Amino acid sequence: MVKMPVNVYIGTPLRRFTGNQARVQVEARDVAEALDRLAARFPGLKAELFDEAGRLRRYVNVYVNSQEIEDLAGPNTPVRDGDEIAVVPALAGGAAPRTLTPEQVIRYSRHMIMPEIGGAGQRKLLGSSVLVIGAGGLGSPAILYLAAAGVGRIGVVDFDVVDLSNLQRQIIHHTDDIGRPKVESARDTVRRLNPDVEVVPYNTPLTSANALDIIKDYDVVVNGSDNFPTRYLVNDACVLLKKPLVDASVFKFDAQVTVFMPGRGCYRCLYPAPPPPGAVPNCAEAGVFGVVTGLVGCIQATEAIKLILGLGEPLVGRLLLIDTLAMDFRTVKIRRNPNCPVCGDNPTITELIDYEAFCGVPVLAQS
Amino acid sequence: MAVEVRVPAILQSAVGGQKVLKVEGRTVGEILDRLEQQFPGIKKLLLDENGEIRRHINIYLNDEDVRFLQRLDTPARDGDVLSILPALAGGQDHALR
Repeated sequence: MVKMPVNVYIGTPLRRFTGNQARVQVEARDVAEALDRLAARFPGLKAELFDEAGRLRRYVNVYVNSQEIEDLAGPNTPVRDGDEIAVVPALAGGAAPRTLTPEQVIRYSRHMIMPEIGGAGQRKLLGSSVLVIGAGGLGSPAILYLAAAGVGRIGVVDFDVVDLSNLQRQIIHHTDDIGRPKVESARDTVRRLNPDVEVVPYNTPLTSANALDIIKDYDVVVNGSDNFPTRYLVNDACVLLKKPLVDASVFKFDAQVTVFMPGRGCYRCLYPAPPPPGAVPNCAEAGVFGVVTGLVGCIQATEAIKLILGLGEPLVGRLLLIDTLAMDFRTVKIRRNPNCPVCGDNPTITELIDYEAFCGVPVLAQS
Repeated sequence: MAVEVRVPAILQSAVGGQKVLKVEGRTVGEILDRLEQQFPGIKKLLLDENGEIRRHINIYLNDEDVRFLQRLDTPARDGDVLSILPALAGGQDHALR
C-alpha cells in the first residue's frame, strides 16, 4: 500500500506546537503513522499526543473524516488520499466545559499529562462543584488546592471574620484581611490563584434552615467545621441529600480523616452522640499545631478530587488516624450501623433537627 | 498478656501525660480495669453509668471497633493494640461555645 498525502487538522490548543498551523499535510498509510510523522515534525506535539509508553493519550481525540477512530479501527485506521485526520483535545458533555482554552491546557498540563486525569478528567474538574464548610484551618488549604486543581465552583460557608490568631494556620487569609469576612478573603485569594474558579460565598452560619438548600447544589462536601452541632448537621444533611462527605477533625498534633459515601455509613455510625458539653476542650483552649490542619486539609482536597475523577480508592470505611509527633499514619475500619438513626435501615431522623439542643450547647454566638 | 494502649492527646492528661501504655489484661474490660487502678478516673471518661462505652468514644482493638467484636468482653492477645478514639470537633478556633 502506498503512502498517501492526508490533511491533518490541528485543534486550537495544540497549534502552539505546530507554529500556529491549523492544517498540516503528512504522508501515511494509517492514523498511527500519520501521528508519528506529525510528532517527528513537531517535537513539542509528541508529548501532547503520546504517553511514556507511546500510547495515544486519553484526552486527545482523533477523527478521520469526522469519525472518532475508536469507532473505526483505532490507530490502525487506514487513510487514503484526500482524507482528513483531526487531532483535538477531548470533548465531554454535561456541565464540564467542552473545550479547554490554550491557557487552561498550560495551567493544567501537569494534570492532563497523566493518563489517569487527562483532558477529560480536567474538564470534569472544571465542571464540578465542592462545598467547603468553614474557611479555617482545614478549609484554607482544602479550598486553595481545590481551586488550583480547577474545581469549577467552590462554595464556602463561614460567618466568621479573619482574626490575627487565625493566620498561624488559615493560609487562605492574609494579614491585611484581618477583620474581613472569611468568605470574602477566601474568594479574593482564589481569584488571584485561579480565575477559572467561581467561589460562592455564604457569609452565614450553617443552620437546619439553610443547610439543605446550600448543600444540594454541590457534588461533594468537605467538612472543616469546628463544632459538634455543625458536624452533626452537615452529616445529616449529606445523608438526606445523598452527598459524599469528606470529614476531618484536628486536635493539637493529631487528626482523624474519613470519607462518608451515601449508603456506606455516616458520622453518626462512628460517633452516635457528641461528648457532653465541656468534656472536650477546643482549639483555642488546647491549641492546634497549625501545619497539621494544612496536612489534613490537603488530604481532604485529595479525597474530594479523587471522588470527582473516580480515581483510586476513596477513604471510605476507613478512619485515617494521624499522629504528627510520631508521624504515624494508620487506618482503622469503620462500618455502617444498621441501627443508625439517620442512615440505618429504619431511620428515625428524616429531616434536620435542632443540633444545638442535640449537642447540649447554647446557640452559636457571633464572635 | 501485655497490650499496647494508645491514648489520644485529648485524654493524655488523665493518664499522667502518657501517649502509649503497656497494660495487662485478657479482655478489653480487664485492660480498662487495670488502667483504672493505675489512673483512677479514666474509666468514667470512657464508660457510662451502665458500664457501656460512651457514645462519643470508640475503642478499637487493632483495626476493629470492639462494638463489632464482643465489646468489653473482646479477648485481647499479647501485642494487640488498643486505641481510644474520642469524637473531635476541631479544625478551627471556636469549638463548643
